[in-house]
Amino acid sequence: MSEDGDKKSGFFSRLTKGLARSAAAFTGFIRRRKLDEDTLDELEELLLRADLGPHAVARVLEEIKASKFNAELSEAELKEALAKPVEELLRLSWKRFPFDPAKRPHVVLVVGVNGAGKTTTIGKLAQKFTAEGKKIVLAAGDTFRAAAIEQLKIWGERTGAPVIAREQGGDAAGLAFEAFERAKAEGADLLFIDTAGRLQNKTGLMQELQKIVRVLKKIDPDAPHSTLLVLDATVGQNAIQQVEVFREIAGVTGLVMTKLDGTARGGILVALADKFGMPIYWIGVGETAEDLQLFDPYQFARALVGANETA
Amino acid sequence: MFESLSDRLTGVFDRLRGRGALTDSDVVEAMREVRVALLEADVALGVVKDFIAKVQEQAVGQEVLRSITPGQQVVKIVHDALVDMLGSESHSIDLNAPAPVCVMMAGLQGSGKTTTTAKIALRLQTREKKKVLMASLDTRRPAAQEQLKILGEQAGVATLPIIANQMPADIAKRAITAAKFGGYDVVMLDTAGRLHIDEALMAEMIAVRDIAHPHETLLVADCLTGQDAVQIAKTFAERVGITGIVLTRMDGDGRGGAALSMRSVTGAPIKLIGVGEKLDAIEEFHPKRIAGRILGMGDVVSLVEKAAETLDAEKAEKMAAKMKRGEFDLDDLAEQLRQMRKLGGMQGVLSMLPGVGKVKDQLSEAGLDDRMLKRQEAIITSMTKKERKKPELLNASRRKRIAAGAGVDVSDVNKLMKMHRQMADMMKAMSKNKGLLGKLAGGLMPGMMPPGMKLPPGFPPGGRR
Repeated sequence: MSEDGDKKSGFFSRLTKGLARSAAAFTGFIRRRKLDEDTLDELEELLLRADLGPHAVARVLEEIKASKFNAELSEAELKEALAKPVEELLRLSWKRFPFDPAKRPHVVLVVGVNGAGKTTTIGKLAQKFTAEGKKIVLAAGDTFRAAAIEQLKIWGERTGAPVIAREQGGDAAGLAFEAFERAKAEGADLLFIDTAGRLQNKTGLMQELQKIVRVLKKIDPDAPHSTLLVLDATVGQNAIQQVEVFREIAGVTGLVMTKLDGTARGGILVALADKFGMPIYWIGVGETAEDLQLFDPYQFARALVGANETA
Repeated sequence: MFESLSDRLTGVFDRLRGRGALTDSDVVEAMREVRVALLEADVALGVVKDFIAKVQEQAVGQEVLRSITPGQQVVKIVHDALVDMLGSESHSIDLNAPAPVCVMMAGLQGSGKTTTTAKIALRLQTREKKKVLMASLDTRRPAAQEQLKILGEQAGVATLPIIANQMPADIAKRAITAAKFGGYDVVMLDTAGRLHIDEALMAEMIAVRDIAHPHETLLVADCLTGQDAVQIAKTFAERVGITGIVLTRMDGDGRGGAALSMRSVTGAPIKLIGVGEKLDAIEEFHPKRIAGRILGMGDVVSLVEKAAETLDAEKAEKMAAKMKRGEFDLDDLAEQLRQMRKLGGMQGVLSMLPGVGKVKDQLSEAGLDDRMLKRQEAIITSMTKKERKKPELLNASRRKRIAAGAGVDVSDVNKLMKMHRQMADMMKAMSKNKGLLGKLAGGLMPGMMPPGMKLPPGFPPGGRR
């Protein structure tokens, strides 16, 4: 579908390119036309296909209907009309990652369901912060998945960050505690704690996660200072339950969305912003560390509807 | 947060009670709710549309069964259509080819390919007594090959020794040669996760396919996938060609609409589902269960089904007449218990319901399982015929005798009698009331729950809002 020739382009075009596949659908019918019920129906479909979910779609459509109903719109105007309410919703989730240099270390717990991309995200974040001159320590808290520890160690080698690990099957909470102490002793700026992927309806595993949090609080009652939930762009409406449960159990403070370089539209972020307003810090649009970028509602909304793809 | 479809439909049909047949406009309105339910379950929009069109046609003009509401009737029609679409018969891994039979695994990153590979290998080895060799062709993700090796050690399945920096196609060749010389029945190739739009990686996979000539190519897909499921499945099917689908993470609380989407765009059967982290946590696919989940319900359908069956039989007429008179004796209770066991027991019934993972955990903690159902049956069978017909005969000494006969405490007998009385009362109440099955769904289980066990909100379905 796409040619991988234009590497030159910045992040925005890569995001657009990823999302444009969805946006291509949006462009198909949009000429100059009246925003009537039929058009709204089509817009509804497009938004639904982007994983916004029935509820958020209804909200966006209401907005459009309230402001632009029966207006004659050009393609660009229609896209803008569509992007605007999406952006508005996404703005609810527009926050910077609140890195606190005074913490030494700022402890970041990374959670999510299996296969969301936690370990890879940690690797990329480590690379980013290392490049900014921060001292990073990694804790290989996924003691369950075979070779997860090795995977994080390889990232440690790439970034030069020490990796605190125990044998597979070890106690993740004990490891987190040890890593926190080590990071403190070494005066690290950030400690990233990897955790085993877990489905949010597994009570036992969620309790284990609570234990990690509890143990960290023994060293610093404010720890973990951030808890990131990693979501995969292909995820559908179940993400809502994921956020609900992980927030309750592990006090999730923000989201990272990975794998936006596929055809998945990541529209679930709009639904999440609408429902929770939970900060979205980074989005991943490719395999390299540079492809993990700050979330920007304006760009994301336009990319989702394909408003900027002409240039 | 999700309303079950039956709740939604109950609302729609509240006004329409007592109609003989479903009219066009009833159905159209109901289908709007069905659509939202399916979308919330992440069924792809295109699939939803086809599905609705099909069901709408079937539903119009159908007679409404006497003892259920039109809402429940539509649920049943929708459910049956879903099962139909999901594929009613089950498919296993096809090994009907000259050894070594090659099975290739494909899918996106993080869909669970490596774990699934090991699970299937273990399953083939233990159940089908096949000698299996696994090889990881994932040269991309750090430590992926080690992961399969470790899993192989855990499962007692052989893996191909890792040679650093070898290309996937070469590893595939080596694996097949090794399988031939080693006398293996099956060779499983775990490939790197890839985005379906990653041209280079798709080409790599096609190259591997052309070398290995897999007899089975299984698409491993996450059941939590949203609307993109169609695109993923379609691309893999078109480019690589798939012979079956394995859905992972079915042990989550996702509604699993992706199952329907993938099945319907590829036509490839869903062969297995992953239901947990452990290596034996893989099961055959049951369309009925998934259909119930997609609709956000389960028991209502089985109950409606049962009603439909029973209503055909004359026996049911008798039963209904008996119930009408408020007669619900211990034989009837025993029958109920047997029915529950047939449905897969407590655990089985519960697993058909969405969002009851917690209850399930509590159940097993409380040691409450099918043994309890069996024990209750044992108590009833320890009674004389007369006692079963006339429970009021049971005085203290009879109860003692029964307890001894069933090998339980008298208190267990008392509990059972209490449960029976509650149910009998309920039957009586219901005979005067409409919506027999709604009540049944709402009332049957609580009576059987041990005291102190909390049910999650919205359980049982039909009992909320």
